[in-house]
Amino acid sequence: MKGRVIFNEDTCKGCGLCVNACPMKILALDLTRVNKIGYTPAHCFDMDKCIACTNCALMCPDSCITVERLDV
Amino acid sequence: MTVIFKKTKGLTDKPLTYCPGCTHGIIHRLVAEVLEELNVLDRSILIASVGCSVMSYDFFNCDSIQAAHGRAPAVATGVKRVRPDSIVFTYQGDGDLASIGTGEIVQAAHRGENITVIFVNNAIYGMTGGQMAPTTLPGQITTTSPYGRDVKTQGEPIKVSELMATIPGTYYVERVMTADPVSVRKAKTAIKKAFQNQVDGKGFSMVEVLSSCNIGWGLNPVDSLKYIKEDMASYFPLGVYKDKGKI
Amino acid sequence: MGKVLMKGNEAIAQAAISAGCEGFFGYPITPQNEVPEYMSKYLAKSGGVFVQAESEIAAINMVYGAAAAGARVMTSSSSPGIALKQEGISYCAGAQLPIVIVSVSRGGPGLGSILPSQGDYNQATRGGGNGDYRVIVLAPNGVQEATDMVRHAFRLADTYRIPVMVMADGIIGQMMEPVEIDTTPIPKAANLWAATGKGNRDHLNVVNSMHLDSVELEDHNILLNNKYLEIVKNEVEYEKFLSDDADVLIVAYGTPSRIVKSAIKTLREEGIKAGLFRPKTLVPYPYDALHEASKNVKFVLCAELSMGQMLVDVKLAVNGIVPVHFYGRTGGIIFEPSEIVNAVKSHLGGK
Repeated sequence: MKGRVIFNEDTCKGCGLCVNACPMKILALDLTRVNKIGYTPAHCFDMDKCIACTNCALMCPDSCITVERLDV
Repeated sequence: MTVIFKKTKGLTDKPLTYCPGCTHGIIHRLVAEVLEELNVLDRSILIASVGCSVMSYDFFNCDSIQAAHGRAPAVATGVKRVRPDSIVFTYQGDGDLASIGTGEIVQAAHRGENITVIFVNNAIYGMTGGQMAPTTLPGQITTTSPYGRDVKTQGEPIKVSELMATIPGTYYVERVMTADPVSVRKAKTAIKKAFQNQVDGKGFSMVEVLSSCNIGWGLNPVDSLKYIKEDMASYFPLGVYKDKGKI
Repeated sequence: MGKVLMKGNEAIAQAAISAGCEGFFGYPITPQNEVPEYMSKYLAKSGGVFVQAESEIAAINMVYGAAAAGARVMTSSSSPGIALKQEGISYCAGAQLPIVIVSVSRGGPGLGSILPSQGDYNQATRGGGNGDYRVIVLAPNGVQEATDMVRHAFRLADTYRIPVMVMADGIIGQMMEPVEIDTTPIPKAANLWAATGKGNRDHLNVVNSMHLDSVELEDHNILLNNKYLEIVKNEVEYEKFLSDDADVLIVAYGTPSRIVKSAIKTLREEGIKAGLFRPKTLVPYPYDALHEASKNVKFVLCAELSMGQMLVDVKLAVNGIVPVHFYGRTGGIIFEPSEIVNAVKSHLGGK
């Protein structure tokens, strides 16, 4: 695990641009539920593989994503 | 753990009103990050325009003035002339800047106003429901070009960066896009330069950002990025069209 | 300062400078060109900014921006140019910006002519911009009053956060008269609402005319209207001349009112008791005062350099208690006193 992504689910519009941008393919829209504003929010299903590249956050139009890097 | 990316203080807490996947949000964030990084939020004044970004004054964490359709560069001129120490920027779409406001943008550039213009080109009138814009691509289907834009009767798309680069008064003109993380990083570099120029008193800087309108284009958000990269960027080539600092 | 001989347009510009005008944004159009010309020469010397805009549309939007940023600013133009400014005036009214517009009106419609006219009464008082709004309109009768009204316009704009138009006909713009321009400083409002950059403020300032919520927009329109009602209560101005014992009341505004005064003297010499009622504020219009003044007359004659635009307001004021007649010339032709004398006589039944 090199990093971690934290989603502000309340403002996620489920557009999927983060999912598309993730090189590790560890993001997905959670189709089993809807958030406060009626969208299926993005989430990370395999955080261990996160490399903290920030690509997801760069492509998020709604600034929902915070990225942390593991200190070494 | 160290936070290496979080929402910028340059944006307010208000949720953006843009459609899901619309890259206006990315451009907002880049501008806001730049204002924060240059430490100019407290003296910045946004001139909001008319179009999808009409409510951008709700989203940027700085003072704002809402302008009439196309008139943002004139409004910005008024502000900058009476408050030369402010950082004044317009945020305009292609209907606003490249159609109804061509006079204002061209003349503000001719005067060499020391302002920053963020020109968001998504090749369509998004706010009003997807009508043909001056930048709509040849053959592109919109609600007022239902058979595809016919260049014989509806004209060729206007290339704003190329046009602006010919104006003696412009200091810096670059076209960027928001199609992927690499191009978004480049877009931020360009936007930062456009604001740094103003801070340094260099003069008129404009960044044209190719952006998506997935709803208006009838594509999903991810395919819209592909459309920016493959269709838009081939008609509107990316690059620096003018940089007086590099002559 | 003492009296000096000045051309109307230049005196108007100097009056604005004396009022503390910080910015002028304009576009050339006859017969108001001496206003921007004078401003370009002298405004910067007193610390203001002058920009020759690419169009009247751009000019009014520069005014909008500069006023939104808290500066005391103005524009000037003439009839077709004022037509182009209407969009911006509506935005300024909606955003409650204190601005001054000088209109030196000429003949119309369309390109019309460059000769004096009062054919823009409706344009000034009703406006061509969209929405529920009013601007204050002041109508001077000569160069001296034009300078006084320009200064007053800045005061009113600040007091009510509203666009104020000084409607000088082309005669005032072009003629020379002795004038003494008041140089008393006019204190500027604090403009705490202005978009100046956030600085140390704990909130953002947004200058805006958009209210998408229906309740919010109605509240805003009510606020604007309440402001207008306040203006009606406090700011109506008019002049009465020999009207107390008058049998015939002539209503005229601007420079033509001076011609009417000559006609009234002639009529009185001939035993006809005529008087003048001159609105100095076209908005707010002196409806009540004119109604009072017309109570004991045989008829009212409205005299304008138009086909009858203020006539509607005169009729509204008189409200049917006596007949209202009209005499007007257009095309740049200015009526002579004898024409007014004859018009009065003809309505008196050929006496």
